[in-house]
Amino acid sequence: MDHLISLFVRSIFVDNMIFAFFLGMCSYLAVSKNVKTALGLGVAVTFVLLVTVPVDYALQKYVLGPNALVEGVDLSFLAFILFIAVIAGIVQLVEMVVERFSPSLYAALGIFLPLIAVNCAIMGASLFMQQRITMDPATSSQAIANVWDALAYALGSGIGWLLAIVALAAIREKMAYTDVPKPLQGLGITFITVGLMALAFMCFSGLNI
Amino acid sequence: MGKLFSPENKAAFTNPLNLDNPVVVQVLGICSALAVTSQLEPAIVMGLSVTVITAFANVIISLLRKTIPNRIRIIVQLVVVAALVTIVSEVLKAFAYDVSVQLSVYVGLIITNCILMGRLEAFAMQNGPWASFLDGIGNGLGYAIILVIVGFVRELLGSGSLLGIQIVPDALYDLGYMNNGMMTMPAMSLIICGCVIWAHRAINDKK
Repeated sequence: MDHLISLFVRSIFVDNMIFAFFLGMCSYLAVSKNVKTALGLGVAVTFVLLVTVPVDYALQKYVLGPNALVEGVDLSFLAFILFIAVIAGIVQLVEMVVERFSPSLYAALGIFLPLIAVNCAIMGASLFMQQRITMDPATSSQAIANVWDALAYALGSGIGWLLAIVALAAIREKMAYTDVPKPLQGLGITFITVGLMALAFMCFSGLNI
Repeated sequence: MGKLFSPENKAAFTNPLNLDNPVVVQVLGICSALAVTSQLEPAIVMGLSVTVITAFANVIISLLRKTIPNRIRIIVQLVVVAALVTIVSEVLKAFAYDVSVQLSVYVGLIITNCILMGRLEAFAMQNGPWASFLDGIGNGLGYAIILVIVGFVRELLGSGSLLGIQIVPDALYDLGYMNNGMMTMPAMSLIICGCVIWAHRAINDKK
């Protein structure tokens, strides 16, 4: 249980997808103009993470890993293709659900909803999970040893991403009223803001539970 | 030859290098651009890998463009890209193992690099293979340029070296010069990238 909580908290603050690994930057920068849309995208990303990481975990453990499917065969090199296929399929599903139940959110997210499929945060979480699966849970707080760990990691990463995008959207809403030098307006100042936020998040790096 | 380098094809190649740069103007592929640039060498390897993959993915999709059903095109594109990335990743592991360890998951993340999907959707689906090839090379190099600039600044100021070779002389350290440790931290790449965008816009607005 301790391990689960530690994994969860660390993946929100220390191994934050945006501030520590810059994953999912494209949609992060493009959809963070107002808080409401940002929240919608954040929830969608968290949901997709919650489904894909455990599925990819099972794939890695029972199909792709060394000696998993056939004795003496290591299929890990197929991971990229299989992971991306799982992600693309689930995103398609989420897209249909959102279109059916919340047409306004569907319209607000626009092209960025199907683009969750190519959101690096999703693929990144699966690839980090693949790296961490071999770690020993007794010695490393980052290890993902069973499907509950995978779920905790996915939820933490998703919430970390959600937190980051909502925070940036709130800052950008306020920043609309400030006088920024012209060539720096828009993208440039956003980058520098995110850089400063990342510096602030670095103070969590010694966090230990 | 005249047709091979027609003005349109030339534009497809040169525009992404500066005026239509994928990173600083179109804001695509930021994730990996920031994460691998703490030193120059991984930045160069990453830039070249993306160039090769973009070029060949563009050619393959452009050859297949008339046979891909519209509804499933994203999945088809992803599979083509994932196959190419797998090849590149295996090649890197075989011939440049140290760099491939440094790049870790970011090689796999080329699949989800928005530059690739952006070019496939916006260019390769409408154009012939040769133009698509040039477009892929151009966009890959445009991406590589930014990586190299950021990697150059970060390695020079952060470790006082370039490509692992010490550049800042010992005499300067004796005078009290110190490496800026903050440059090696991930947050600085965002700020440097912001400054590159600033400079790029300031220069191009004047023209």
